[in-house]
Amino acid sequence: MANPLKCDLCSKPATVHLTQILDNKVHKVDLCEACAQEKGVTDPSGFSLADLLLKTSLNPDPAAGGMRCEQCGFSPADFKKQGRFGCPACYGAFKGILDPMLDGMHKGTVHSGKVPRRALERKSLYDKLTKLEDDLTEAIRAERYEDAARCRDEINQVRQAVDQKPAR
Amino acid sequence: MTIASLIDTPSELTDSASSKSAIVLMTRIRLARNLSGQPFPGWAKPAQREKILEACRTAVTAAAPMKRGLAVSVGDLADLEKRILVERHLISRELSGSKQGSGVVISRDQAISVMINEEDHLRIQMLRAGFQLRKAWAAINELDSSLEETLDFAFSPDLGYLTACPTNLGTGMRASAMMHLPALVISNQMEKVVRAVNQLGMVVRGLFGEGSDASGSIFQISNQTTLGESEEEILKRLSGVLQSIIEHELNARARLLEADSGKLFDKIGRAFGILQNGHVLSSSEAMNLLSLIRLGVDLGVFPDAKRSVTDRLFIEAQPGHLQHAQKGEFEPGQRDLLRAERLRSEFANFARPDFTLSANGNN
Repeated sequence: MANPLKCDLCSKPATVHLTQILDNKVHKVDLCEACAQEKGVTDPSGFSLADLLLKTSLNPDPAAGGMRCEQCGFSPADFKKQGRFGCPACYGAFKGILDPMLDGMHKGTVHSGKVPRRALERKSLYDKLTKLEDDLTEAIRAERYEDAARCRDEINQVRQAVDQKPAR
Repeated sequence: MTIASLIDTPSELTDSASSKSAIVLMTRIRLARNLSGQPFPGWAKPAQREKILEACRTAVTAAAPMKRGLAVSVGDLADLEKRILVERHLISRELSGSKQGSGVVISRDQAISVMINEEDHLRIQMLRAGFQLRKAWAAINELDSSLEETLDFAFSPDLGYLTACPTNLGTGMRASAMMHLPALVISNQMEKVVRAVNQLGMVVRGLFGEGSDASGSIFQISNQTTLGESEEEILKRLSGVLQSIIEHELNARARLLEADSGKLFDKIGRAFGILQNGHVLSSSEAMNLLSLIRLGVDLGVFPDAKRSVTDRLFIEAQPGHLQHAQKGEFEPGQRDLLRAERLRSEFANFARPDFTLSANGNN
């Protein structure tokens, strides 16, 4: 063999070749004996190719090496090791490596289910409040007192709305 | 409620009144949820985990269905207690092995369990005996919405609920049914079924989840994907797949009876004999024998009321429950003796098989 296939997980010569069709997409995985055993590939009842694909599709390109999530300090190398992200903000930070991975992992790439309506309303009220308070400070500084009065009235309205929704 | 009183109370699954369904033993739905702005459990530092545990526990214990339930930290549970909770599907193996700063809240009727700091901050789970996807969804949806009153969940309009692992993104929902499929196993069709089910975007696992074997011909079928479809669409698709597996199982039973009823009755009769008289039974052998008795009930060999006995024994024959009943810890070899003793006494007064009725394929 001129160019033997390598195991997707550990790069030893692959002897187990697996093809699974999921939602009309063909997924292929090549594994060595040891990794196939470890991942339970030989046991058809306990094996999910999705979990495997998740890890193998992740060959972090060297350019992404220094990238870290600003919120929690997580890196793409950590993801390769654990198969899980560090915090919710990682989804924004690693969008570049996430998007190709999501392609084929799920039915679609955009959420169409339940929305935490109350939590989102609460968040949008808090965001609005922060913005109004900034506006108020700015209006007072610039001595635009009519604007300042309007901001203050709106702030009071938003505060009332917040009070009706239990705080965090 | 204490862990001791919880263990001594029949669970949703061990409750004898709940075994109505012939093929689907149990329906289960779980939702993965995380708090916004907090690191996921696997990446959080010990102090952060403790803080998250406290915040989640406060919110969950305040929810109406969890009132007067059990709230406990994993570190405060003995090994045997954890094992029993795993065998009742109330906590996962992962949670039972987890480090400091994780816990579980279980409702009084043991139908709901909320794991805290497992893979995600919250894993909300609803169990229902029988084929009850819609009811389970209605109940868990309501609980989730009530938690949302006080907890800010990590959510993105595009990706839905944000979870530690991208395989749970979107709805964060895994719905599953535990199915008893002895005829498909006996007639060697299970592999074919697993393949077909996989192609439909569903996963087949053994009784205790990933990597567990399918002793007792019990399988869990669940949705593979969570993003791009609404909860209702996922449930509808899963429900369709389950219906068609039920049909296949019933067809396989009819064919076994037609082709060689003698061979099938021989299996059931021998299982009965071993359960009545055996002295050494491993848990997997016990599961397989009980599975044949359950099939016998479905076929009319034993009275319908005995189905609840087999369903209870499926759980009580597990190592954790067995050791709890015997009040001690035993080596596997001793356990096999105790298990056989237990089953002998259960089956001493079990109805005798009646193979004349079953020609009608009563189900």
